[in-house]
Amino acid sequence: MSELQRTPLYEKHLQLGGRMVDFAGFSMPVQFSSIKAEHRAVRERAGLFDVSHMGQIRLEGPEAIESAERLLTCRIASLKAGQVRYGLMCNAEGGCVDDVTVYREAEDRLFLCVNAANIVGDLHWIQTHTNSGARVLDRSPETGLLALQGPESGKILDTLVSPTEAGPPTSLGRFRFARYAFDATELLISRTGYTGADGFEIYLPASACLDFHHAAMVAGEPHGLVPAGLGARDTLRLEAALPLYGHELDASTSPLEAGLERFVKREEGHFIGAEAIEARARGGLSRRLIGFELEERGVARADHAIESEGRELGRVTSGAPSPSLGKSVGLGYVPPEFSALGTPIQIVIRERRVGARVVETPFIR
Amino acid sequence: MSDHQVPENNRYSHDDEWITSAGDDLYRVGITDYAQQQLGDVVYVELPEVGSQLTSGQAFGIVESVKAVSDLIAPVSGEVVAINGSLEDSPELVNDDCYGEGWLIALSPGESNAIEDLMTAKDYAAFVEERSD
Repeated sequence: MSELQRTPLYEKHLQLGGRMVDFAGFSMPVQFSSIKAEHRAVRERAGLFDVSHMGQIRLEGPEAIESAERLLTCRIASLKAGQVRYGLMCNAEGGCVDDVTVYREAEDRLFLCVNAANIVGDLHWIQTHTNSGARVLDRSPETGLLALQGPESGKILDTLVSPTEAGPPTSLGRFRFARYAFDATELLISRTGYTGADGFEIYLPASACLDFHHAAMVAGEPHGLVPAGLGARDTLRLEAALPLYGHELDASTSPLEAGLERFVKREEGHFIGAEAIEARARGGLSRRLIGFELEERGVARADHAIESEGRELGRVTSGAPSPSLGKSVGLGYVPPEFSALGTPIQIVIRERRVGARVVETPFIR
Repeated sequence: MSDHQVPENNRYSHDDEWITSAGDDLYRVGITDYAQQQLGDVVYVELPEVGSQLTSGQAFGIVESVKAVSDLIAPVSGEVVAINGSLEDSPELVNDDCYGEGWLIALSPGESNAIEDLMTAKDYAAFVEERSD
């Protein structure tokens, strides 16, 4: 059993009363006050998450863009400097190696923000499938990442950093990023997140995390900012029906099954897994990701069976009580013929069959 | 160890439940403040039917939070005389008032001296302290 890794904010989380859990080999706060309270704070005001466990892998050099184009399902060449795009990294069988966000920094440079549990695997995969004219650098150890999320987050952030010629962070459009100064430290801020709320992600040197976190909490106090943990992050992303690697996505799942077709450049092809994805699509997808809502009391959890009239259709991949909706929701895979909105299904919760139906996702708008 | 309440007049089980006298041969059972803090926001409670026979040490229900599911373990044997129906619509009572409005069941124990064998408040506080080291 190896020692858990710590982010630069580990001691800070303890001071703030964070309950620490093992997540992807890191000791991370699952909650500070309560998951529901932190969830509500993000929906109504703002929450500050430490997501420094996530990885950053840079590709640079004359063949960086071409390499990324082959590695990822989303379009890379058309990505402008200062733009972020979500995409999948697929294996030759069309399954997902990881889901990532791609940041185009310059003509010949970009970085991927990857899942903590996949950093080592992604690095190996990328190095194996990159042209010689592209350099691959793991920037994860020296990079901290904070997510400031919620409707008040822009107001808070604007007071914290010096504006550029283009203006303060609130002048950034969705999926855009720029560099800002916080005292003498350079930050990269993107208008992105994993909560379904307006918000920002702030990449900064690991050594600046403590100061920035402190300054953000002070600046955010009048706006009702709270520190938030992975528990609320999970319920927030679930309400927004954003996939979580290891749950909705894995090495055997095609992005099309997961409903992520809009992040796949199907016409262009020329990316790893393209042929397999098309072949699987031609044969007819064997399953589709659905969102469902329980119609009785109970909580659906990952790995519970999904049934229809006694026949097992598939498994729940994520489930939780939705704090915003006041009902239990979940995601899971079923054969396509059971994926139509309104289809009645049952979730098997500890041998009890609980009525549910297929509903539209995201669960909240 | 964060602060948690351990009222003096209850008895406590090793499964983080309390039991206390509520009148003639009637005892109320709930989970402790420490347990509700560990669980976090309770979103669902599953309780047995009134009239069920419980066996000490066996699961009689479930308390589920946003993140975790936990079995409720009978602190003593006995018959379920009442359940807290308010928890169906307001499971958060377990967080808000675990020793009061958030009680789980009332039971009539087979032998009331089994309760005397459970931990006192002082013993339970020490038991929690020990585990969190």
